[in-house]
Amino acid sequence: MGNTSSMLTQYDIEEVQEHCNNTFSQQEIVSLYQRFCQLDRNSGGFISADEFLSVPEFAVNPLAQRLFRMIDGLNFKEFVAFLSAFSSRATLQHKVEYIFKVYDSDGNGKVAFSDLLDVLRDLTGQFISEQQRELVLTQVLEEAGYKKDSILVLSDFMKILGNSDLKMEVEVPVD
Amino acid sequence: MWKEGSVASLVAIQTSVFWNEHQPPFRKRKDVYAGALKGCRNRYKQVCSLEIFQKVFSTGSLFWLQLLNATGWKMSKLKSSNLELDLDRPNIEDYLHTDSIQEPLGKLRLRDLLDISPTLREAGGAIVDDSFTRCFKSNPPEPWNWNVYLFPLWCLGVVVRYGILFPVRVLILTLGWIIFLSCYIPVHLLLKGHDKLRKRLERALVELICSFFVASWTGVVKYHGPRPCARPKQVFVANHTSMIDFIILEQMTAFAVIMQKHPGWVGLLQSTILESVGCIWFNRSESKDREIVARKLREHVEGPDNNPLLIFPEGTCVNNHYTVMFKKGAFELGSTVCPIAIKYNKIFVDAFWNSRKQSFTTHLLQLMTSWAVVCDVWYLEPQNMKPGETPIEFAERVRGIISARAGIKKVPWDGYLKYSRPSPKHRERKQQAFAESVLRRLEDK
Repeated sequence: MGNTSSMLTQYDIEEVQEHCNNTFSQQEIVSLYQRFCQLDRNSGGFISADEFLSVPEFAVNPLAQRLFRMIDGLNFKEFVAFLSAFSSRATLQHKVEYIFKVYDSDGNGKVAFSDLLDVLRDLTGQFISEQQRELVLTQVLEEAGYKKDSILVLSDFMKILGNSDLKMEVEVPVD
Repeated sequence: MWKEGSVASLVAIQTSVFWNEHQPPFRKRKDVYAGALKGCRNRYKQVCSLEIFQKVFSTGSLFWLQLLNATGWKMSKLKSSNLELDLDRPNIEDYLHTDSIQEPLGKLRLRDLLDISPTLREAGGAIVDDSFTRCFKSNPPEPWNWNVYLFPLWCLGVVVRYGILFPVRVLILTLGWIIFLSCYIPVHLLLKGHDKLRKRLERALVELICSFFVASWTGVVKYHGPRPCARPKQVFVANHTSMIDFIILEQMTAFAVIMQKHPGWVGLLQSTILESVGCIWFNRSESKDREIVARKLREHVEGPDNNPLLIFPEGTCVNNHYTVMFKKGAFELGSTVCPIAIKYNKIFVDAFWNSRKQSFTTHLLQLMTSWAVVCDVWYLEPQNMKPGETPIEFAERVRGIISARAGIKKVPWDGYLKYSRPSPKHRERKQQAFAESVLRRLEDK
């Protein structure tokens, strides 16, 4: 266990809880803190690339690089806020926003064809050719009523993903 | 003789048999604060071992058992570590989504491509908790000295352990080394001509010094199963928790071992004394090394005069609650594999050597200042490769046998991931599965 970190005080826990909109219970926040300290081996206050990629289960995930860009350099409060979309108390709106953020890598609120292509490339690797990917995307976009050069915003994502069940819950192990 | 001796030394500390290696008082939990004895009972329910009590309180054991049962303490046999299994996290298989994304049916729609939630969930799960890091976590035992009755007892325990036991143990160890060196050096130098006799004496001496080591931490080791004998074409494999595994096994039989070359005084010991029982060196970081080592292993196993070979196929120290994947090197030599399962009881000290956190010297000192090191060693039935079985399947089968006997869980990761990144082929497998499903659903009209 983390031998450098001080214990969290009640104020700290409440502050973190407020920051993540009460999506985690206080016990879960304590467990997440232990996990944060366990991953942050050099006690820099944030988890570096090496430390994240030393978790093999994370390193083999196709979206690891994308997620890592979002989580790099976050302190504990922001780390919990980042993970709040995985809580069972997260709303559907929250989850869709999270997925949108993963797609929107430059953070300008717009997801273009190239962003969609990037994520599809991460997910399928070399097993589909670039042309086939473009074809697949264009085809499904047209069927859904969008053109190839149309820009998607959050409300579009809400419309497409909104009426389904997004299963994204991760259980935080509580001692 | 030494095994009984180490048990006898436990008798000297019989009142302290309940005392656990501790941490300074920390975690305050409401549920445990309801009275001193009740709190104690909660912590010790699953920790006391019937076997230890029977050894220590041989005549009065019944009396003690009745007393403890009256206060509600539950005894668990060392062998049924199922209790530990239940107390531990839920089974690993729940955490690992090895079959990647679920197979949705029907025509491909935009929402199927946009919905990356399964992959995200796996990533989130890995960030929050993963089975690999858990293998190398040293679990500190629960602190029990957090109230006014137990704290002075604990302080007294510290004084006894550091002030009385530790010097006595250092003395025993020094004595052992003096005896060993004074016999070993003459034997080694003078009997150069009589190889057979020299080898026999050196073997006995190595067993002796290992027994001294075990006595210096008051090792209470219970061996189950037939004692290993030196036959050609057989290899011993065991799960690995610390370098003391080797010492515990060596005190029973002089094994030859394959080890990573260590720096410092350990390396000195390796190059002088262990050479006499026959050791093979390897270097983890060199890949070419593997073929050379494989050849040396084969030569050793086939030689009739060589000591039986002991291999730790995990390749790294794991915390004795899990086993990582076995390397196939030991299983493709074409010889019989005899599994050995080792399980430590954390009642007094956690014997896991976390090489990232402490050097071996610190680890030994920690063991020498604790009450005792308790463990079980099971020599299991020799296994041969079944027809049509690959070495990897054979390795996994033996790992299953060892894990089942020791009551620990299996984890599908390679221990060397501690030092390197996973190969891209795992990720590619997931990508391939997803790509195939996308293409297939595109064809569906």
